[in-house]
Amino acid sequence: MQRQIPLILCLIFGIFMIVQFFVPHPYSQRAYEVVLRWVRIISIFALVLGVGSLVLYHSNKIKRKVSGWGFSIVTLVSAIITTLVGLLGVNWLDGKLVFFKGIGKSSVLQIFFQNIFVPVNSTMFAMLAFYMASAAYRAFRARTKEATLLLIAAFFVMLGMVPIGSAISPRLPEFAEWILSVPNLAAKRGILFGIALGGIATSLKIILGIERGWLGGGK
Amino acid sequence: MNLATSFWTWFGAFLTFCIFSFLYKDNPFYKFAEHLFVGVSVGYSISISYHNVLYPDLIVPLFRNGELLNLVPLIFGLCYFTRFLPKVSWLVRLPMGLVLGFGAGAAIPAVIQASIIKQVQGAILTPDVFKRFDLTVWALISLIGVICTVTYFFFSRERGKVTKVMADLGIIFLMVGFGASFGYTVMARISLLIGRFQFLLRDWLGVIK
Repeated sequence: MQRQIPLILCLIFGIFMIVQFFVPHPYSQRAYEVVLRWVRIISIFALVLGVGSLVLYHSNKIKRKVSGWGFSIVTLVSAIITTLVGLLGVNWLDGKLVFFKGIGKSSVLQIFFQNIFVPVNSTMFAMLAFYMASAAYRAFRARTKEATLLLIAAFFVMLGMVPIGSAISPRLPEFAEWILSVPNLAAKRGILFGIALGGIATSLKIILGIERGWLGGGK
Repeated sequence: MNLATSFWTWFGAFLTFCIFSFLYKDNPFYKFAEHLFVGVSVGYSISISYHNVLYPDLIVPLFRNGELLNLVPLIFGLCYFTRFLPKVSWLVRLPMGLVLGFGAGAAIPAVIQASIIKQVQGAILTPDVFKRFDLTVWALISLIGVICTVTYFFFSRERGKVTKVMADLGIIFLMVGFGASFGYTVMARISLLIGRFQFLLRDWLGVIK
């Protein structure tokens, strides 16, 4: 029973989702919206579990004074402050802090997002440009015919996207565009077919209870 | 030079340098920015989830409007916490079963529609492509590329002479595709890098307009 009920639930909701797609009746649409809302709510509880695990991990680090425990304080304090600021709807209006005004543009939550999350996030991704360049130097040496093709395609796409490319020849950006929209798209489509068929097979295995890894161990 | 007066601009610049300092080596400034980022992300996710989902979809309908049907997701959601209670820990499988069934069921028609039907529509030759010579050639190359790439990924039977040639051609398309994707990704990262320098030179230092 402990394994059968979840499997039956998975089967019912899986089949319901497939059927409702092909039955665009208002009742079916309404049922879909209700189930979608349920799933969104249930997912929030999973988020709570994840946050709980993070808090536990960092508080244990602080308790045991593990190396770098001071940074765990930074994580916990910033998480608590951001959560409070968000839940209480703290806003910065006319030089004053106002509570319960939502999380709009003037909210402190959005100020945190724009001035902490955005700079750190975009700098981290921007920094990847350096690491990609270093990885490319090692990986792109034209040792084989295939590696040479990869190198040439990457070179022309990059050159076609910068002003110096169009300064060398106005045809270069067009060529880069052609690479992206013809051979690149053909390869992407081929890969996408494989991914799609794999995804459908895996979904069917989950719905029909053939794939049971998610049930975990135990009874 | 027109230095920024806003605290937040200075703080944003400080965090940008903290992250860039990792290019030298891992250091306390980078770790500080990284941990702050994790904390703010968690708080932001909780707040957004509460304001956009929990409050309008659960709290208002259930506790204000008395719509008892909303007890279902509440009970299922609470089942996640039974993993801490060994006797009833199997109940954690209920919300997982519901969400997985929903996701798998929703994925099948969506994938068929977006990744198979739409892509086949894009790959096949339509009367429009024969109106111009260049379009016809590009469409033919694209179709051959798709067929050869799919052939390359077909491992169920040993390759014959024809399928081997097609698979080899598929590798060429795949390599060009990977190269193009790499170049495109690098350029996207470079544009983010330019964005950060623009922030530092324009918003923070005010040396460019």
